[in-house]
Amino acid sequence: MMEFINFYLIPGLVLGSIYALGAIGITLTFSILRFANFAHGETMLLGVYITYSLVQVSGLHPLLVLPFAAILTVIVVLGIDRAFYKPFRSSPTIMVVIASFGMMLMVRSMVQFIWGVQLKGMMPGIQRPMVFFDSLRLSPKHMLIMAAAIVLMLAVHYLLSRTKIGKAMRAMSDSPELARLTGIDTERVIRMTWIVGGALATAAGVFLAIDTHIDTNMGFKMLLPMFAAAILGGIGRPFGAVAGGLIIGIAEELSSYPWIGMEPLLNPGYKAGVAFAIMIGMLLWRPSGLFKGKVF
Amino acid sequence: MSVIELDAVVGGYGDTQILHGVSMRVDPGEIVVIIGPNGAGKSTAMKAVFGLLNLSSGHVKLNGEDITNMPPDQVVRCGVCYVPQTSNIFPSLTVEENLEMGAFVREDDFRPRLRELYDIFPPLAEKRKQAAGTLSGGQRQMVAMAKAMMLEPKILLLDEPSAGLSPKYRGEIFAIVKAVNATGTPILMVEQNARQALRIANRGYVLVDGKNKFEGSGRDLLEDPEVAEMFLGGGAAA
Repeated sequence: MMEFINFYLIPGLVLGSIYALGAIGITLTFSILRFANFAHGETMLLGVYITYSLVQVSGLHPLLVLPFAAILTVIVVLGIDRAFYKPFRSSPTIMVVIASFGMMLMVRSMVQFIWGVQLKGMMPGIQRPMVFFDSLRLSPKHMLIMAAAIVLMLAVHYLLSRTKIGKAMRAMSDSPELARLTGIDTERVIRMTWIVGGALATAAGVFLAIDTHIDTNMGFKMLLPMFAAAILGGIGRPFGAVAGGLIIGIAEELSSYPWIGMEPLLNPGYKAGVAFAIMIGMLLWRPSGLFKGKVF
Repeated sequence: MSVIELDAVVGGYGDTQILHGVSMRVDPGEIVVIIGPNGAGKSTAMKAVFGLLNLSSGHVKLNGEDITNMPPDQVVRCGVCYVPQTSNIFPSLTVEENLEMGAFVREDDFRPRLRELYDIFPPLAEKRKQAAGTLSGGQRQMVAMAKAMMLEPKILLLDEPSAGLSPKYRGEIFAIVKAVNATGTPILMVEQNARQALRIANRGYVLVDGKNKFEGSGRDLLEDPEVAEMFLGGGAAA
């Protein structure tokens, strides 16, 4: 029982929180700017490498430099929007989707060019987990990641439900046309969407890097589970994305638990397939997701 | 001076010309109704006021100032509010959040205005924490109008406010239009239920094929045998 919690459920929750933070950005961009942003994983990647450099320079803990890295990443993302997506604002969606696909390749190559392709570690050394109640093993990094993820999710909730710009984001996600007719400053809403998405992607990437390691394909590997989480929760439903992220993270980890006999149910190498299977299943069974999102 | 004035407006979408010289005006305090057969350009004429149309010639003036071809987000800031016929509310936002969004361009405290509107639309005060998408058709229409009124507009444009409503709600909507107008806001409205609309209107315009056909006071148009025959479902007005 404790083995199940310590080695499957807790890692699943941690991974799920990371997916959730990434998926919030995907679902907001999808519903407000109306396109599937393929470059979101690369936003994450860029945030991780900026954080890595700041950690190298300052010697501080990654979570302390995270806010600064997030600001720098957001600046780059806003620049990308200005230069590459804004000209397509009134074009058919497919053009922006392809533009974001190109952006994905460009950002990844740029990161590989600047920082190199070898594996890196965000934090040196190995941490010993703390043991609670004699058997519950929690590593400090997992506790930090989950605590920070909860704080960020609460911040997003506050933004969307209490602030004028957050409500305007939800309004625009309901109907961009009516938002414009109402006099809502849609460009400001779009900027805010990139700010939230970029900052959360940076956080998600850094959490993943703290939990595992840094490599230049990590953004791309995260893309599918993040999309799966956004679709599972329902497009345009940030809290659906959180639920979707947690479900997919936990499902991936639990898929290799020895449910039958002594062998893992699914070879851990196939974990990524779990997210894919959930996404396909959801699109077939209920394309609007768990929380009645938009269907395009 | 008229609040809104269209002077020989010509325009359409892309290459399709819909308006071939439409002129009309709304004076302070008036309710003006645009009627006419389907495809006559009624809604299009209204969209011309709101900058949703490319005008190749003619002028649109707001209180004497030229706003021809001004984009919609700026027209709103000038004090013209438009309620489209469909998808005119934000369904996943609460009633109150919808009204708050209506006040987006206001920098000052909009809460006194919110209270005034709750007095005009009592059902909305009751349901203000409810998602607007869960309301009945008539109440959604109220949300849409109240949302537009948050800016205390110089003129309110309504595109078929009674479309798709049951007769009971239809009467209620027209009563609300009158009530809103009684607070001093002039209204330009396109209506399919022409007879009912003309009864509350000061004046009306009949458009046919993108051109003015008739105009007159609401009563005159209702009593005009030709208008009645062609556009009010036959027979002279009762």
